[in-house]
Amino acid sequence: MKILVPVKRVVDYNVKVRVKSDGSGIETAGVKMSMNPFDEIAVEEAVRLKEKGVATEIVAVSMGVTQCSETIRTALAMGADRGILVESDVELQPLAVAKLLKVIADKEQPKLIILGKQAIDDDMSATGQMLAAFLGWPQGTFASKVLIEGDKITVTREVDGGLETVELSLPAIVTTDLRLNEPRYASLPNIMKARKKPIENLKPADLGVDPAPRLTVLKVNEPPKRQAGKKVASVAELVDKLRNEAKVI
Amino acid sequence: MEFALTEAQEQIRQEILRQCARFGDEYWLAKEREAVFPHEFYQAMVETGWLGIAMPEEYGGAGLGITEAAVMMQAVAESGAGMSGASAIHMNIFGLNPVVVFGADEQKRRMLPPLLKGRDKACFAVTEPNVGLNTTQLKTRAERRGDRYVVNGQKIWTSTAQVANKVLLLTRTTPLDEVNKKTAGLTLFYTDLDRSRVEVRLIEKMGRHAVDSNMLFIDNLEIPVEDRIGEEGQGFRAILHGMNPERILIAAEAVGIGRVALARASQYAKDRVVFGRPIGQNQAIQHPLAACWANLEAANLMMLKAAQLYDTGRECGAEANAAKYLAAEAGFRACERAVMTHGGMGYAQEYHVERFLRESLIPRIAPISPELILSFIAERVLGLPKSY
Ligand SMILES: Cc1cc2nc3c(=O)[nH]c(=O)nc-3n(C[C@H](O)[C@H](O)[C@H](O)COP(=O)(O)OP(=O)(O)OC[C@H]3O[C@@H](n4cnc5c(N)ncnc54)[C@H](O)[C@@H]3O)c2cc1C
Repeated sequence: MKILVPVKRVVDYNVKVRVKSDGSGIETAGVKMSMNPFDEIAVEEAVRLKEKGVATEIVAVSMGVTQCSETIRTALAMGADRGILVESDVELQPLAVAKLLKVIADKEQPKLIILGKQAIDDDMSATGQMLAAFLGWPQGTFASKVLIEGDKITVTREVDGGLETVELSLPAIVTTDLRLNEPRYASLPNIMKARKKPIENLKPADLGVDPAPRLTVLKVNEPPKRQAGKKVASVAELVDKLRNEAKVI
Repeated sequence: MEFALTEAQEQIRQEILRQCARFGDEYWLAKEREAVFPHEFYQAMVETGWLGIAMPEEYGGAGLGITEAAVMMQAVAESGAGMSGASAIHMNIFGLNPVVVFGADEQKRRMLPPLLKGRDKACFAVTEPNVGLNTTQLKTRAERRGDRYVVNGQKIWTSTAQVANKVLLLTRTTPLDEVNKKTAGLTLFYTDLDRSRVEVRLIEKMGRHAVDSNMLFIDNLEIPVEDRIGEEGQGFRAILHGMNPERILIAAEAVGIGRVALARASQYAKDRVVFGRPIGQNQAIQHPLAACWANLEAANLMMLKAAQLYDTGRECGAEANAAKYLAAEAGFRACERAVMTHGGMGYAQEYHVERFLRESLIPRIAPISPELILSFIAERVLGLPKSY
């Protein structure tokens, strides 16, 4: 069974993001970039499925600037077998990514596509769902547990108020939640092996997709600075402030 | 001429930083306070195969160069692990180079894999209390008796001897007055640290409390001939071979600790508001920090140049020594400025820069002092009369 794992290059989760002075977006020049943490979980899950003998091949796909190849190398070092880079200087939005992935899925014919539930840069949480729609495949989103038996996949989902378990038939889409697994650290020998694994280079045009953005960002703002708290002397004063100042009761 | 790390080297750096992020400030501060070896960190490095980075592939290593090893060790120090992290694994990275270069195949097969897999921990015993930097005067005596050597003497500053089970030991086999060359008569061994014959006594020191340094009192330690590295009397040559790479690694670590201190100082200078403005808005605060950056990065270029010369099989003595000198001084200055930038908080353990400062003196002193490096450069590069 082949598994496709899309991986996105995002600003590292440790970096304190800064808004560009003209408000057109966030500062990325000279900023540390890493694999989206939810995608790391997706790669880890695929690698575990391969180690269990369920999967036979893992293909990591990344889309965007040339440096996305580094993100693919990270996936290869964790245990993916080969990579596909779709290079584009145009900003790729979820719709374009889903369309591109659809064409790649048609070509590669994976039985399972595991994506992160969202990317930590734009928090869209849309690509997996759109891809499922394009492919007409069932989807198990926000997975905290995945079990494959024959042609069925059971996905435990983290939903408001508890866990929901769904059974899907393969081929299917899974998007990962935080508690699905704890991604491994790549070992040096695997990093070295990864350097010899192949990465195929494509352009959106090769896949017949127009990647032009459909959404326009009007303005990006810093969140408002948090105001200092206030101390109250008594319960009566607290109730008064909640009622008359904060107007929440 | 190319002044950037390759993509592969950058990946090593990022992966090490990522791994080290698991062992944060609180981890290292706790190890420092409790003065216990960072076994968890060591184990993590073992499990992900990093200890073998510069060791040959046929013995379980990755076969990469000293440049890659330097990139790795710098990232370890720069992660905030400082010299505690770097010294915990330093010996594993290149310490057994004499075995790689001068050892027989049987010895390499016996000695290298257990070290790389973390089953063996080794310490390096060269320095002696009554000899100092004048290594050719070593007094610890090894006498041949049949198929063994019997060793008596003292060593000092032997790091990690509290946790090590192996020792790389430099001894004298021919008395000084019987050799025709000063550098002759020394012999190197890699053998079991037999605690029934070697008393290991901890030295109370200034910093890096997680990684011990010790006095060794060696009393009739028996070493089988199979544990001798290279020929008898050729020990100095064997040690010499590893000196330049060792200087390069220390330089990389010193830049690493300087960088982390500088990063902490810059952050604090942005956040701390006094007189209604961030202290970092004052040039008296910014200029020294900017100068630290310039010095660290210049030292780093010298380090990378030395590493590249070494990896391409060229002479690198002057560059490796210069890199160690520049990096150690720049690392120390950066740590010192970091403490001063923090004001009173610089002296508080919870801001970590005082720990970096205490550790940053190690690369200045060991394995060779700045004075001796300058004497070496004056003699070898400038052609001045030898002064030592
Ligand atoms: C934390 C730490 C860990 C260490 N770990 C190890 C280890 O694992 N294994 C090991 O073998 N060693 C280790 N060392 C020892 C270290 O390498 C030595 O301390 C160092 O080489 C200096 O030698 P010394 O202490 O004998 O100084 P000395 O030789 O006594 O020198 C003292 C001072 O005199 C100066 N000096 C001496 N001769 C001259 C001269 N001719 N001209 C100008 N100046 C001169 C020196 O530069 C220095 O400033 C460690 C040291 C430290 C501090």
